[in-house]
This record gives sequence, C-alpha cells and structure tokens, in this order.
Amino acid sequence: MSVSSEAAPVPRRRRRKTHAADEERVHYSRWFWPSFTIPATIWLAILFILPLYTVISIAFGTVDPIFRGPLPVYEPWWWSGNQFGRVIDDSFSFYRPVYVHTFEYVIVASAICLVLSYTVAYYVARFGGKRKALLLVLLIAPFFISYLMRMLAWINLLDTQGYVNKILTFLHITPHPIDWLGGRPSTVIMGLVYGYVPYMVLPLYAFLDRIDPNLLEAGRDLGAGPARTFFRVTLPLSRPGILAALVIVSLPMFGDYYTNNLLSGSPKTTMLGNLVDEAVNSTGQGNKAAAFVLILMLLVLIPMLYYMRSTSKSLAVR
Amino acid sequence: MSEGVLTESSTRAMTRGRGGFIRRWARDPWRKPTILATITWGYLAWSLLPLLIAILVSFNHTRDSSIVHLFSFQWWWSDPDSLLHDPELHTAVVQSLKLSITTMVIAVPLGVAFALGIDRWHGRPATGINFVMLLSFVMPEIILGLSLFFVFTFLLKSVPLGTTAQILGLVTFQISYPVIIVRARLLTIGKEYEEAAMDLGATPKQSIRAVLLPLLYPAILASAAIVFADTIDDFVTVRYLSGPASSEPLSVKIYNFARGQPSPAINAAATFMLVSTIIVGLIAYVIYRVITKGQHGGGVSDFATQL
Repeated sequence: MSVSSEAAPVPRRRRRKTHAADEERVHYSRWFWPSFTIPATIWLAILFILPLYTVISIAFGTVDPIFRGPLPVYEPWWWSGNQFGRVIDDSFSFYRPVYVHTFEYVIVASAICLVLSYTVAYYVARFGGKRKALLLVLLIAPFFISYLMRMLAWINLLDTQGYVNKILTFLHITPHPIDWLGGRPSTVIMGLVYGYVPYMVLPLYAFLDRIDPNLLEAGRDLGAGPARTFFRVTLPLSRPGILAALVIVSLPMFGDYYTNNLLSGSPKTTMLGNLVDEAVNSTGQGNKAAAFVLILMLLVLIPMLYYMRSTSKSLAVR
Repeated sequence: MSEGVLTESSTRAMTRGRGGFIRRWARDPWRKPTILATITWGYLAWSLLPLLIAILVSFNHTRDSSIVHLFSFQWWWSDPDSLLHDPELHTAVVQSLKLSITTMVIAVPLGVAFALGIDRWHGRPATGINFVMLLSFVMPEIILGLSLFFVFTFLLKSVPLGTTAQILGLVTFQISYPVIIVRARLLTIGKEYEEAAMDLGATPKQSIRAVLLPLLYPAILASAAIVFADTIDDFVTVRYLSGPASSEPLSVKIYNFARGQPSPAINAAATFMLVSTIIVGLIAYVIYRVITKGQHGGGVSDFATQL
C-alpha cells in the first residue's frame, strides 16, 4: 500500500544526468549496494521460488502406489501430465460450476467494491474539508482489524437469532428468520465486499487526492456541468487508479476460501479456493491440491503482471 | 473548491422559479454533496457498527450473541472457558505474540536492507530480483501458504511443521511490506542528504547510519506496525504450516471455532487481537509524531500515506 503523494514527477532526462554525476563524485565499491540485497534474495530463493517449483513438481509428479500420497518429480524431463490432465478434464466437467461461481462472485463483489469505494474516496478527497482527518482514521480502522474479527462480527449478526433477523422480523419484512449463513451467494458476496473494500478505498483516495483541482475548475470554467466535468475529467484521470484498485481486491478474492467457509460452508457456494483447501486437508489428494494451486496461479497471472507493471512504472516515474 | 457566498446566492436566485424543487436542487451547481455524504457515512456505519457489536458481545454474561446482558468480564477471565483460563486459548495468545514479534524482528531489517540495496543498484540482476520481490507481494496468500506447506513436507523435511516453519513462512509473506514502504520513502528523500554528508567527509557507511537511516525511521516504523498487525491476523499461511495444536495461534483458533462453537470467549479473543494491533498502531503513530516533530506535515493523513 505504498501511496505517497508528495513527489512531483521528475523529467527523465534530468534524472539520468544526476545519476551520471553521482558516479563521478561518490565511489561506492561495486558490490556495496548489491550486498544489501543478498540476505532477502537468498531468503526468497529458498522460501519463495523453491516452494513454487515444488508445487509444479507435485502437480506434474506421480502418485505413491501404496500410500496414495504425491511423489514429487523434480526433473522437468520426467514430468508426467497425467495428474494435471485429469484435474484439467474435471475442471471442464465436474468442477465447472465451481469456476463459474468463482468468477461470478469475484466480478460482482469487485464491482460493488469499486462503486462503493470510489464514491467514498471521491467524497473524502474532494469534500472531506475539516473532517478529512477523522474520515481517514475511520477508513484506516478496518486495516488494523483482523479479517477474522470482521467475519466473526457478521456471523454474530446474520445468525438466525442475530440482529439482522431480529430487525427484519420486528419490521415484519419476513415472517420467519432467514438462514443467511446456510449457503446463500448473496451472503458470500456481501462478505467478500465487506472483507476487501478497505483495501480499495485507501489507494483510490490517495489517487483521487492527487488529481489537480485546477483541472476540474478549468472544466467547469469552460462550461461543463458537474456531471460532465466528472465524466470527462475526473473519471478518465482516475482510470489507472481504478484498474490498480480492482486488481488489488480481485487477486485475493480469487484465492479466498475462508469467507465462504465462515459465511456459508455449503457446497452450493464453493469457490476455487475452497477446492484447494479441501484437497490439501484430505489425504491422498496432494497432487490435486498442487494442480489447483497451479491453475489458480495461471488464472491470476495476467492481473498480477499488470499490477506489477503499473507499480514499477509509478515508482520509476516518481 | 471555492464556495463564495455571493456566487451561491446569485446562482440560487437565477435558478429560482424554473422547474420543481427537485429539479432546482439537482441543477444547483453549489449544492452540498448530500448524496455522497450519505453514502460515505452509511458506508462507515456499515463497516464499523458490526465490529462494535462483536466487541460488546465479549462483555456478555450469558452465552448468546446479543448485547443486552452487559456488562461483565466473564468471558475475559472469570469463566473456566474464558480467554485467560481456557488453557488452549491461553497458549494461542502466547503463540500469536511470539509469531508476530519474531516475524517483525526478522522481516523488517531484511526488507529495509533490500530496499536500500535495490534502490541504488542499477543492473540487470536487480530488475529480476525486484520482480521476484513484487511477485511475492501480489501472490494470493493461499498459493504462497500451500507451496510453503509442500516444500516443508517434501523437500526441506528438516524443518518440521510448527513454530519454525510458521515464522519462515510469515517472513516470506511479509518481507515485501518494508521493501515497498521504504522504497517509496527513499524516492521522496532523494540523494542530496547522503551526498552532502559524504561531501563533508563521511564514509558511505557513516552516511547511511547517521543520515539516511534516521530519515527512514518513519517508514521503518510504519512497516513494522503493518507487519505486526498483519502477522497477528494471519491465519492462512499459519494454518497450513501449523503442526501440533499448541502451535496454532489465536487467529487459527478463532477460524476453527467461529462457525462450530461460537462463544463470547471467541469474541473476547478477537477483541484482544484487535486491541493489541490498535495499541501497536497507536505506539507507531506516537513515535511517528515524535520523529517527524519540526518537519512540516506529520499529521494523520501523512501517516496514512506512509501505510
């Protein structure tokens, strides 16, 4: 969540020149700066790259004939596509509804997140005024509150004896309490929105806050109404921020299984993350779990690369 | 935006008399953003009220989850099933604190050193390494957690599942936070201070220790607070890497019990986690204010943009 708004963009050419000047004046040894990165690099090599490779080795590995456990194959030339191929086949038949659910829930929840957080971020950035600090504190608060706590709160509220049902029956909207936690897609989507919307509000706020108000005033001066200024100036300017924010929330949603488990727990709302979690928790399905992890990784690869490109670009420009 | 009283009244006068009230209101360019304000405050209520209720439930003196039977500390320490007396919950609290403090102590220095190095090292390998670091930041946690589970069960078998594996995994997942926060700060600082120090005769090491590091303290602090808060809440990576039941921290316990056997003690446990992260956040904010004293800025919003 690196959102510092201060630095003005520095023209590229000038930056290069300063670098050249640095190297003339200050003599670091050649290995001075690279040596700083060595501990973290070794750490990531052993505990990030190697594990990812292990997943691939298991997904393309074989099965222990006696214990039914996975046998990883570490040499790429001996990889076999049997296990992975079976999971892919199942994905198009047996598990198809799961993929459909996953995409449906993630898309709907991200869209709701976007509308909600854009509105809030826009209001705080443009009209926050004297209350800006208070509003920001309230917006940051969920960041420091665990995801579990927030889900627990809704488990309490949506219970058959919880407050939501109490209010609904009190107002005679429903005659009987509704079983919100018994596998309803709407509950799962609400949970996803509730869980991830804070991660969208802050970056969007930081982005909208940086938009120069002079541009908006120019739009208004040139005769555009408030709505037109918004759609012709603010919205196009905030497009990169919107895309980055959408990626920030949809990536973890694709791998989410806990929201679903906590707020529904029913096979009717199973998502891809649940398949992974169930496979790893049952014995003899290690290959399947690894295959699902690999599929998940491929699914999120493009949004992931997009986000990384936009982040490194903004780092380079600033 | 400029909201001059004169312009306001004159536009009001101009639009008066044409169309109905709603139309006039909708056309008034200086009207207050009532709808936006309603949505914002509604959003805040929706995001914070459920939490308030969940916190209040932990002070119940019955077993149900309504907030009419306040106010007792039964689920905090007097009941045998309370947070303090249930041995399982008690162990979990200790484990949570152990994991998050150790992770913070390891991940922050590694990340800060990496950020410094990668920021000044312009070479082809640097681009690749930086790519891997960013990848670890955006990778969905379930992928990372499971691949670590697999590596500890098949390849690095000398590390048993349990506390050590959990710490190794958590550091891997958290290391990118200090990197990203510190790099953002490095970009705003620029190289001038360091160069000035070296012009005045400091060695590179001295200039980093005496000039650059103090300038980076706010960012280091913010990242330490984030790493602590994020680790104490983590249950995905930790759950896959936990061995015996005694290595399950509070977050995993809450996850296991939340649907099965809800009890106000679970709410008390969650509230405890909440309070500890808020305390860490506040400490970080106070130190941040002390460090940035005299510099312009240093308010809540600047702290927020550090995050």
